Amino acid sequence: MSRIEAEVGKPQGGFIKWIDDRFPMTSTLKYHVTEYYASKNFNWWYVFGVLAMVVLVIQLVTGIFLTMNYKPSAAEAFASVEYIMRDVEWGWLIRYMHSTGASFFFIVVYLHMFRAMLYGSYKKPRELIWLIGMLIFLVLMAEAFAGYLLPWGQMSYWGAQVIISLFGAIPVVGDALVEIIRGDYSISDITLNRFFALHVIVLPLALIGLIFVHIVALHEVGSNNPDGIEIKKNKGPDGVPLDGVPFHPHHTSKDLVGIIVFLMIFSSVVFFAPDMGGYFLEHANFEPANPTATPEHIAPVWYFTPYYAILRAVPDKFWGFVLFALAVILPIFLPWLDRARVRSIRYRGWMYKTALSVFVITFFALLWLGLAPAEGLYVILARIFSVLYFAFFLLMPYYTSIDKTKPVPDRVVYHG
Amino acid sequence: MVNLKRIASVLALGACFVASQGYAAGGATHFEPAELEPGNVSSLQRGARNFMNYCAGCHSAQYVRYNTIGKDLDLSEEQLIDNLMFNAEKTFETIQASMPAEDSKRWYGKTPPDLSLMARAKGADYVYNFLKGFYVSEDSPTGVNNVVLQGTSMPHVLWELQGYQTANFEDHENEDGSVTTTFKGFEPLSAGSMDAEDYDEFVRDTVNFLAYIAEPVRSDRRKLGVWVLMFLIFFFILATQLKKAIWKDVT
Repeated sequence: MSRIEAEVGKPQGGFIKWIDDRFPMTSTLKYHVTEYYASKNFNWWYVFGVLAMVVLVIQLVTGIFLTMNYKPSAAEAFASVEYIMRDVEWGWLIRYMHSTGASFFFIVVYLHMFRAMLYGSYKKPRELIWLIGMLIFLVLMAEAFAGYLLPWGQMSYWGAQVIISLFGAIPVVGDALVEIIRGDYSISDITLNRFFALHVIVLPLALIGLIFVHIVALHEVGSNNPDGIEIKKNKGPDGVPLDGVPFHPHHTSKDLVGIIVFLMIFSSVVFFAPDMGGYFLEHANFEPANPTATPEHIAPVWYFTPYYAILRAVPDKFWGFVLFALAVILPIFLPWLDRARVRSIRYRGWMYKTALSVFVITFFALLWLGLAPAEGLYVILARIFSVLYFAFFLLMPYYTSIDKTKPVPDRVVYHG
Repeated sequence: MVNLKRIASVLALGACFVASQGYAAGGATHFEPAELEPGNVSSLQRGARNFMNYCAGCHSAQYVRYNTIGKDLDLSEEQLIDNLMFNAEKTFETIQASMPAEDSKRWYGKTPPDLSLMARAKGADYVYNFLKGFYVSEDSPTGVNNVVLQGTSMPHVLWELQGYQTANFEDHENEDGSVTTTFKGFEPLSAGSMDAEDYDEFVRDTVNFLAYIAEPVRSDRRKLGVWVLMFLIFFFILATQLKKAIWKDVT
């Protein structure tokens, strides 16, 4: 006799028990929320994961409402965006939240990735979390790129033209590949339609699936912390890590503070500077796409420019594309490039600290150079910083293995 | 709190870095600032009048509805119909050019661009300097050229007001033998019905209106933004108290 049959007719354990007999609700909540223990010494670098989730929700919800009013056709797209901005009730707010959200998605994700580099979060046993995270990052780039075509402004059109034509640099299959991506001999109504399909269905689905797997993998091994110490090594008699506090209510209440601070910054942009001086919404994108008039200065949106700067730094089209692609995917290998015995920057030597500092400067410099015209001194600087970018990764096995590390304490550092 | 400030400053730093460049202006022309007053309703009303009298004959503003202008610029339906709607019947209509697009394309070589978003695409300073930048040039079929947009097919529509002017240019030979031409200022040729100061005001009002129609919601979103931030500050105080209460036993 099964458990359910045995209990027929008897007083039940209430609604929760009724569910739990059929679905692992309470146990799942315990495992992932109320009895998921993460280190008590998280600093504010640890807020960017949850912030990425917040931005994802903002993008999904505003995206649904935009889709209700947007027309994915070359003839109507630009006008439908203006219709949303002017005639749809609260349409301007929905659109500004979505366009600002796109930039903030990258700000938050870049900081989230940098946190992992600060505290060695990608190191064993968290390699898979990092790999899935990098996949999320690649899908996010594709999602942002597809979305940027949809307003059908001058920069949408010409930015897409430049980036898609990059694939033409691949030998033999390049030209065919470009045609497959565009679905046409040039960027057209057909391209817009398929990018719309990718942007609202395919890529968001992939994104949500990958994020789910990212979190499942994280909860399996447990979160890292600013000291890079495994809190599971020090458990109390009840089996709870001594340095851990439950995700809920402790980390959720702390995250809430971070979310509000984020929303303050986000709202400041949405309400007071939605163009962000032409970087979040490029000025030229307020002109409708015109295939016969090339804008004077074409640059991708700011979050792609570090890689774009590397592309332009190489005089050869094919090798430019190779280094561009390599720059995007190289961080995938961080768990194996980093040979240090300690995780956290707190216990690393001067070599990694210097390398990481130079890398941060390099990233910002390339971001800026990708926005600047490719001429004169800018080209030379882009080449120097490109070399530094690759040197950070390729020399890492060397400098992390000889770097003098400090002893790591047994328990995390926490000042209450 | 210190840590919060640090995060905020990191984000703000990124924002400043990103916002450090303004419009990538076409050409090396130095723009005189337009110094608009977006909150000045009378200036916007004058700008609307100027726009309908001097611009809307050839240029459309196809995303802009008359009733939106009426609402934002404190104009009644009657005032709209009597003073602004020269070729429209209903106040919900959008601003269409009086001149048929096919004709204008034949006459000027291209249809005059829609002006709904011009101030946002090019920047208010660009439009301000453009409207002040016409100078007599015998090479041009319209008799004028423009320092901001060389070779423009737009005639000097406002000549009755500004009068005509000539522009001085100076050639400078570079080391590699190429020649750079720089603009060295205007010289009045014939007087218009306005003096220079009144004409500046006229153009400023018009550009103010163009900037308004480029984003009619601008003043609303700023007002709403203040309330949103005030709410978030209040919410922040509650959330920090909650966090402190929950964490008080953690040692």
